Amino acid sequence: MNEPSPSHSQDATVFLQIDNLTKKFGTFTALDKVSLDVYQGELICFLGPSGCGKTTFLRAIAGLDIQTSGTVIQAGEDISALPPSERDFGIVFQSYALFPNLTVEKNISFGLENEKTSRSDINHRVQELLEMVGLSDQGKKFPTQLSGGQQQRIALARALATSPGLLLLDEPLSALDAKVRGYLRHEMKALQRSLGVTTVMVTHDQEEALTMADRIVVMNDGVIEQVGTPTEIYREPGTLFVADFIGAMNQINGRTTGSNQVVVGETTFTTQKHDLEANIPVVVAIRPEDIVPVEEGESSPEDNILDMTVEDMEFLGSFWRVSMSNPLLGKALLNADMSVNAIQRLHIDIRTTITVELPVDRLCVFLAENE
Amino acid sequence: MFKKSFMKTAAVGCIAAVSMIGMSQSTLAATDLVVYSAIEAEDLARYAKTFNEDHPDINIKWVRDSTGIVTAKLLAEKDNPQADVVWGLAATSLLLLKSEGLLDPYKPKGVEALDKKFVDKGDVPSWVGMDAWVASICYNTVEAAKNNLTPPKTWKDLLKPEYKGHLIMPNPNSSGTGFLDVSSWLQIYGEDGGWEFMDGLHENISRYTHSGSKPCKLAAAGEIPIGISFAFRGAKSKAKGAPLEIIVPEEGVGWDMEATAIIAGTDKLKAAQTLVDWSITKKANEMYNIGYAVVAYPGVAKPVKFFPENLLDKMIDNDFEFAANNRKRILSTWQERYDSKSDPKKK
Amino acid sequence: MSHTTTLPDTDTAPLIRPKTSRDDKIKAVFMAVIGLYLVITLALPLYAMLSKSFSTYSFDLSNFEFQVYKIDSWSEPVTALSLNQKLNVVTPAELSTSSDGRLGVTAFFPDFSFRSITRYKIRQINLDSSFLVGSERIADTEWHEFSSNDFRRVVLRPSSSTGLDNYKIYFSTPSLFKSIENSLFIAFVVMIITVSMAFGFAYALNRSTMRFKGVFRLIAMAPILVPSLLPGIALVYLFGNQGMIKGLLMGQSIYGPIGIIIGSIFFTFPHALIIISTALSISDGRLYEAAISLRASRWKTFWTVTIPAARYGLFSAAFVVFNLVITDFGLPKVIGGQYNMLAVDIYKQVIGQQNFEMGAVVSVVLLLPAMFAFSIDRYVQKKQVAQLSAQSVPYEPKPHKRFDLICLFYSLLVAVFIMGLIGVCQYAALIKFWPYDLSLGLSNYNFEVMDGGGWGSYFNSIKLAFFTAIAGTLMVFIGAYMVEKTNGLTTARSAFQFLAMMPMAVPGMVLGLAYIFFFNNPANPLNSIYATMGILVICTVTHFYTVSHLTAVTALKQMDREFESVASSLKQPFYKLLFKVTFPVCLPATLDISIYLFVNAMTTVSAVIFLYSPDTTLASIAVLNMDDAGDVAPAAAMGMMIFYTNVAARLIHIFITRKLMIKTQAWRVR
Ligand SMILES: Nc1ncnc2c1ncn2[C@@H]1O[C@H](COP(=O)(O)OP(=O)(O)O)[C@@H](O)[C@H]1O
Ligand SMILES: [Mg+2]
Repeated sequence: MNEPSPSHSQDATVFLQIDNLTKKFGTFTALDKVSLDVYQGELICFLGPSGCGKTTFLRAIAGLDIQTSGTVIQAGEDISALPPSERDFGIVFQSYALFPNLTVEKNISFGLENEKTSRSDINHRVQELLEMVGLSDQGKKFPTQLSGGQQQRIALARALATSPGLLLLDEPLSALDAKVRGYLRHEMKALQRSLGVTTVMVTHDQEEALTMADRIVVMNDGVIEQVGTPTEIYREPGTLFVADFIGAMNQINGRTTGSNQVVVGETTFTTQKHDLEANIPVVVAIRPEDIVPVEEGESSPEDNILDMTVEDMEFLGSFWRVSMSNPLLGKALLNADMSVNAIQRLHIDIRTTITVELPVDRLCVFLAENE
Repeated sequence: MFKKSFMKTAAVGCIAAVSMIGMSQSTLAATDLVVYSAIEAEDLARYAKTFNEDHPDINIKWVRDSTGIVTAKLLAEKDNPQADVVWGLAATSLLLLKSEGLLDPYKPKGVEALDKKFVDKGDVPSWVGMDAWVASICYNTVEAAKNNLTPPKTWKDLLKPEYKGHLIMPNPNSSGTGFLDVSSWLQIYGEDGGWEFMDGLHENISRYTHSGSKPCKLAAAGEIPIGISFAFRGAKSKAKGAPLEIIVPEEGVGWDMEATAIIAGTDKLKAAQTLVDWSITKKANEMYNIGYAVVAYPGVAKPVKFFPENLLDKMIDNDFEFAANNRKRILSTWQERYDSKSDPKKK
Repeated sequence: MSHTTTLPDTDTAPLIRPKTSRDDKIKAVFMAVIGLYLVITLALPLYAMLSKSFSTYSFDLSNFEFQVYKIDSWSEPVTALSLNQKLNVVTPAELSTSSDGRLGVTAFFPDFSFRSITRYKIRQINLDSSFLVGSERIADTEWHEFSSNDFRRVVLRPSSSTGLDNYKIYFSTPSLFKSIENSLFIAFVVMIITVSMAFGFAYALNRSTMRFKGVFRLIAMAPILVPSLLPGIALVYLFGNQGMIKGLLMGQSIYGPIGIIIGSIFFTFPHALIIISTALSISDGRLYEAAISLRASRWKTFWTVTIPAARYGLFSAAFVVFNLVITDFGLPKVIGGQYNMLAVDIYKQVIGQQNFEMGAVVSVVLLLPAMFAFSIDRYVQKKQVAQLSAQSVPYEPKPHKRFDLICLFYSLLVAVFIMGLIGVCQYAALIKFWPYDLSLGLSNYNFEVMDGGGWGSYFNSIKLAFFTAIAGTLMVFIGAYMVEKTNGLTTARSAFQFLAMMPMAVPGMVLGLAYIFFFNNPANPLNSIYATMGILVICTVTHFYTVSHLTAVTALKQMDREFESVASSLKQPFYKLLFKVTFPVCLPATLDISIYLFVNAMTTVSAVIFLYSPDTTLASIAVLNMDDAGDVAPAAAMGMMIFYTNVAARLIHIFITRKLMIKTQAWRVR
């Protein structure tokens, strides 16, 4: 993925420092004491299900809906109470909010017009921005005459016109169809990297977050669940919510026995170190692609080897998703993603039995929720 | 500062110069006089023009409306009068205004020449009359013939069943003419007799109109054969070619006068007095006589075309004070008796 | 999870007090200014009117003292009160009166004779009231001596106080409170008929494939362009005693409920049609397809699909019609005859009897049903909006020969009714002297010799309409913008919204009367605008504020909510956005508002009837006054002038809209 990202270097400077932000709508708490540091030049994604407070968070940073309490410090300045016009950011909304009666050029130059800038400088800058988003020949058109993807790029150009220190994007791609979206993800990321502008992007689409973000902030119910690089988030989910929300995840209920062991049904798994006391209800989680079929003749490790019966198979294009069961695990089904090659090589089919390994370092343990 | 005021002076000078050249006849500063009036709309310009022949320096700004509205306006503006002079409003209304202290008593030059009936009784008169405005019956001969009606000779005749549904009169609650009729009947027949008469009349009335001239206009237009209205209106319609006969009932007819008064507190007292002085001159009365057969200046009146000739003799000895001081009571009695029946009469 | 530090719950972080931006400050100022405008031109006058209705007049008998000279000395002073306690000649009901009340004094002296030589003295104890001798007003506290003959001319005047007396009088006077019943009855009947008729017409327009739909639509809108009293004049010519087709009434008189009802149907028809037509056009075509696939009969589909889908529209139309009828003044004034209605009662009380207090009472009484109908309508409209936002597919009518023919026939009937009434007015205006001289001519257009202000009033009306359209549109749009696009200030915004909705619930007569009370008060610093064109413009803008405001708000709601956010992130002031984007995009709606204001300013009678002055007579009022004076034909002529002017204004409106569309709305073309 995007490793190594610039933000990971230890000496990256903190550009945006958010501390204990709370936002209430009446009695409803939409954001509950969230704190976050955003580094200079990174693209950070707020990811979470709809209604979890992402937009609220973004609008608080922008000053569009100022938080109830908590501070926002941008580039060393406390901007907590400032109105948007006194902050330094550009913003792109899901609707793009392009001015329908102004041409593309006029839309982009909207923020550039002031007494100090000459007309020719403005025109020059507009051309530069149009080139930057690859729409040099569309300047005279009205927004409605452009495709969705083109509109999106104009909105981006308009937001970047004044060279803001911070770029805020609220679901910038969600109004587009899948193909355009894939293309634009790439474009935007490249643009962001070349400009080096610190960017906060809101999305509910995990794929978008995983492909574009330097770091992801996973949010749920007004709080931050986890912050980390896409790999961290994916491979080491901090909470069951994160594990469940991002990617597919097998979840099996069990109880702890040792510092790295969990009893599930009639078998015991060795897991990552969890340091929980014994006999606590937990969930053991493993991603389908982490379940490894053990081929005959291979030297098998001692732990977490199971013989599973294939219950169902689903072809997903580049791989098969295999549902398997084992009486030792009770009723729980395990899903494993296996390459087409592996399926053929191992003659896997419904009702056949295969041996799989659940690698110790891929087995995560979370406290069970309904305790 | 200096520059500004200099400019102003210069500007005023210029305007003055221009107007001097432009209107060599007129004097320098014309006074605008706001005059409230209920005179017929078509007479306004003529009155102002005749007045300006003698006093070109006073510019009349007419506020003309029906008697009720002008009275209402004046009362509403009690604490902040907009008018300078009232010229041509019913004496009953002026009595009302007088009792509210709204009029500025003034004895116009030459008032002695007027018929006493036409001058307010106060030591210094609060108003002076112009002309009388006499009740009459407008009788459409064509429509009457269609309905086989005989012309009424007296008020009492109107109670005959043959007129049922063929009569129309103004509502005294909204029309000065209507009130004039009612108060005259109360004076002719006495209180009890008057109400008794109206009870009978009510049976024959098709409907009551809001305005006093409308019954006559409706009769002229054939909307109704008989309209109780006033002579002046009838004569006008007749002049226009309506098949009307103007009937003056034998018992006598109620009348009111149009009168002139100065509104207390006017800041153009001089001009106001000039107008009132002029309004009682012989010339003014001759002017009134074009429309009205009965005017305040004795000996002036010449017969007016289409006007019934015996009008002056038939005018009752109207007690305006009685009318004004009992107005409220009469109107509520009338309303109680005849206005609560809201269903329209069937023909 | 390194960044989320959970603090103990006891820790309450200090609340952030957002700094107000310059934009927000300016917006708040604008909103406050327009809000203040509405307070001054609506809330305060209404308050003045309300308090007027509680201002009572009664004879204070304890304030008058008498002395009688008998034999050779004056008797001890005795108050009228104690005399009345002994004699009981004046009942308590007679003591409460109105501002022009008068009470004779001789009744207190049973042996009074104006021929006797007895002399009397009277004085008032304090300066609260006064008495008259004839028409001479005496307001001091001195003793005044009279002979018997003069003493009978003494009448007492009332003193003022506050209380419920006016209401008591109102509800104990049958001729007054009967109007409540009459008004409700007429409004109810018209509501039923108009809504049914308009529904049929809207149904034909939306559900048939008949021809000439465009023409029918135009004709149906025509009544909006004339004053509400014009159909009354037409009805006189049709059904009056000299009416062209009076036989159709079979002896019934047109002057009264029949006339009011027919005329009201005429002028409320387009209002109901617009609402019902909208409701029908948005109902979901898929439901009909479903009904057809279920082989439901046309009749059944009508009752199970059409009516339920249009029900909010029908309700809303019903209440709008109800409100229009109950508050209308012009029509019952012209054709109502002896049939009293509330709005006319206000006029009669104020203009006929100068009883302002009772006028205020009737106004309050009229305000109640109007407010009630209005709030129900708002409630229903909210529901309809919710229904509207659901995804639906428009219904496409399919040809059906017999049904289309029936629709065409029905629409033709309605069109004949509407154009017939307007046509009769035009005909009447051209006839020299109905019914005796049927030759045609323009003599009825010689307004100078009639009541009502002549041609001047026509030009005044155009002036008023023009100013109202410009000032009103500006104010309404800015007000709507501020209330729609301001952040925070929730309380202020809902207060503003409430004020903006209020004018619709206030009948014109009530507003006009309230203006007299408020603006014609010398203590009011705004007194100078009384009797000017200014007050007419203000009154008309306020009177028609609500619909304009709603139009503007609807247009603004369709704008992306984030435009303001974008502009402020780009550090551009809101007014740049307003002038460059918001206003141009809303231009069609803005033009709609201005033509609405123009047309209504041309036709309105009720609010301005109390406010015009000789310099500002209006065409619509002239129609009323000329009719009142019996000059019915010139009244019709002036009414038709208003009609043609409004037609011209509409044509210009269409032309300008087209032109501007091409110029400024190019972006709408894809
Ligand atoms: N202006 C508001 N008033 C009341 N509740 C709001 C408002 N804006 C957002 N919310 C609520 O706050 C929560 C978070 O909303 P939001 O930040 O828009 O979610 P998302 O993560 O989908 O962007 C939701 O439950 C939403 O209903
Ligand atoms: Mg969101």
